Amino acid sequence: MKTYADVFSGLKRAALIPFFVIGDPGYDAGLAIVKDAIDAGADILELGISFSDPIADGPTIQKADIRAAKAGMNMQKALRFIREIKDYRDIPIGLLIYYNLIYQYPAEKFFADAAKAGVNSVLIADMTINDADEVTHMAKQAGLDTVFMVTPNTSDSRIKEITERITGFVYTVSVLGVTGSRDRLSSTVGDLIARIKAVTNIPVCVGFGISSPDHAKTVAQAGADGVIIGSKIVSMIEKNLDNPQKAREDISGFIKQLRKALEE
Amino acid sequence: MKYPGRYGPYGGFYVPEVLIPVLEELEEAFYNFYQDKRFIKDLQLLNRDYAGRPTPLYHASRLSEHLGCQLLLKREDLLHGGAHKVNNCLGQALLAKYMKKTKLIAETGAGQHGLATAMIGALFGMETKIFMGAVDVERQSVNVHKMKLCGAQVIPVEGGTGTLKDAINEALRYWTANVSDTFYLFGTAAGPHPYPTIVRHFQSVIGTEARQQCLEQTDRLPDKVIACIGGGSNAIGIFSGFVDDRQVELIGVEAGGEGLTAGKHAATLVAGRVGILHGVKSYLLQNSEGQIAETESISAGLDYPGVGPEHCQLKDSGRAKYVALEDEKVLDAFELLCRCEGILPALESSHALAWLMQQKEKFQKDQLIILNLSGRGDKDVGIVEKYRKL
Repeated sequence: MKTYADVFSGLKRAALIPFFVIGDPGYDAGLAIVKDAIDAGADILELGISFSDPIADGPTIQKADIRAAKAGMNMQKALRFIREIKDYRDIPIGLLIYYNLIYQYPAEKFFADAAKAGVNSVLIADMTINDADEVTHMAKQAGLDTVFMVTPNTSDSRIKEITERITGFVYTVSVLGVTGSRDRLSSTVGDLIARIKAVTNIPVCVGFGISSPDHAKTVAQAGADGVIIGSKIVSMIEKNLDNPQKAREDISGFIKQLRKALEE
Repeated sequence: MKYPGRYGPYGGFYVPEVLIPVLEELEEAFYNFYQDKRFIKDLQLLNRDYAGRPTPLYHASRLSEHLGCQLLLKREDLLHGGAHKVNNCLGQALLAKYMKKTKLIAETGAGQHGLATAMIGALFGMETKIFMGAVDVERQSVNVHKMKLCGAQVIPVEGGTGTLKDAINEALRYWTANVSDTFYLFGTAAGPHPYPTIVRHFQSVIGTEARQQCLEQTDRLPDKVIACIGGGSNAIGIFSGFVDDRQVELIGVEAGGEGLTAGKHAATLVAGRVGILHGVKSYLLQNSEGQIAETESISAGLDYPGVGPEHCQLKDSGRAKYVALEDEKVLDAFELLCRCEGILPALESSHALAWLMQQKEKFQKDQLIILNLSGRGDKDVGIVEKYRKL
């Protein structure tokens, strides 16, 4: 199974990491969209599991969560979705999830099942290094990489503490706030990348608010090892709910543009 | 963070990384100021002159006669704003001022916490935003209007179920994007550390006063202390005064809605399972996969699928007992207090009364009971009218 390290060491450019909510707008339609995204040039996938109360997400992802839930998404189906993707292509997958879903599964079984399905890491949106001891050993046991977030208001000393616990990549949040596409890139993202790079050699991937090929290019030029694009892509699903074929084409076209921008 | 913020296995701070520095700042400020002489004096004066503390501990003699026990009502309903919420709002807003924050945000369900925050926002001259579920905005329009009169901006939250939990989600989201100048004035003794501790502290004035008044008026401690529980702030406030008096029985009454078997209720401690929501590990109402359940209660103030972590610990240790009463019985209790004593209780507080009515035959005449009358029922008259024709 391909690891994050395999991807980052094999690339001379920043990795392209699109985000999807699993099963949005439905199981089959969502699967087709993700497969297209892989064909269009995604290097790693970031996949979210729908939750009723996603406090770290803006309106676009919230609505995607609701669409997936209404279409009958649950944990078993989500793991099957992941297995189907891995059967299609060996591409690393990072899961983004809220803690209660893991806790109820329960946790130990969740990490084992996620690893078995082909997941490389699990990022828990509402868990920081302060409480991570509850689950990190289970993730390790299952052979998963660890990923934690760093945000613009994280102190240098805490960045060090956080990155010491990461084996996958640093999920760098470019702005103060929740997920969502934004017209302009945060002016402080370069500083943040530099602050992280000063204390660690682990790959730095940047997400939240990256909405255009220009943004992606700027972030890559600032030193990012990967670029995560979520809400902008998910909004293309939302805009084309009556025309799933167009959603696939739009997303595929957008990912090709992003890839081109990163290759320039 | 300096402290783990745990009550046994419950509590903690399960939040996105972006909130850690803000919660650290809040924790540090709270522990710096809450025992500071100037802070204590400022808060005492505000509590006395603005809120109307101390509130009476009133011997409800006619209702006592009816129930066959000695009932003392802690009259938080007489506070400015009509509920215990003002205790917490004054404390936290004063903390915000000491922290030099200029803006307040808060969530609200029934509108009582939103209104209390809007009042204090006006008092302190702070820009105030209240997040409120769109459904609640609709059904609590009078409180929405009152908040606006006090100068607050009311933001209807469309997502999810359009109720309190969604208002908290949105307030947390707003906070993550505006952490530098904004203070999140959290309404109940739940949420991430240090909120449960902060809210308990500012509400503990209820228990401290009640214990002292009870000793002065009756020369003894009560046999039982009863309060209603949504998130649990008024209950933890009054329990805190008696939790070390092992002989005093503590009883929390949750919203049984249309009945526990019907699945339409908000009885988190009675019928919930441990999980994580809004930054805290506590009992929760949820489905088997961990998706948070929709709750239902006649009283919007108890309509919440989570509960404060300290109550979870008190339940597990057996120090407090938790029960749930259904809407119908709550309406009976509401009417009983109106007729016996000429006091209109909030539907929230009526839950605690309903438990007393249910226990009617089981009391001894000299049994002394304190009930926390957490709010007044003016806001609920329309709802009661809809259910019961006079």
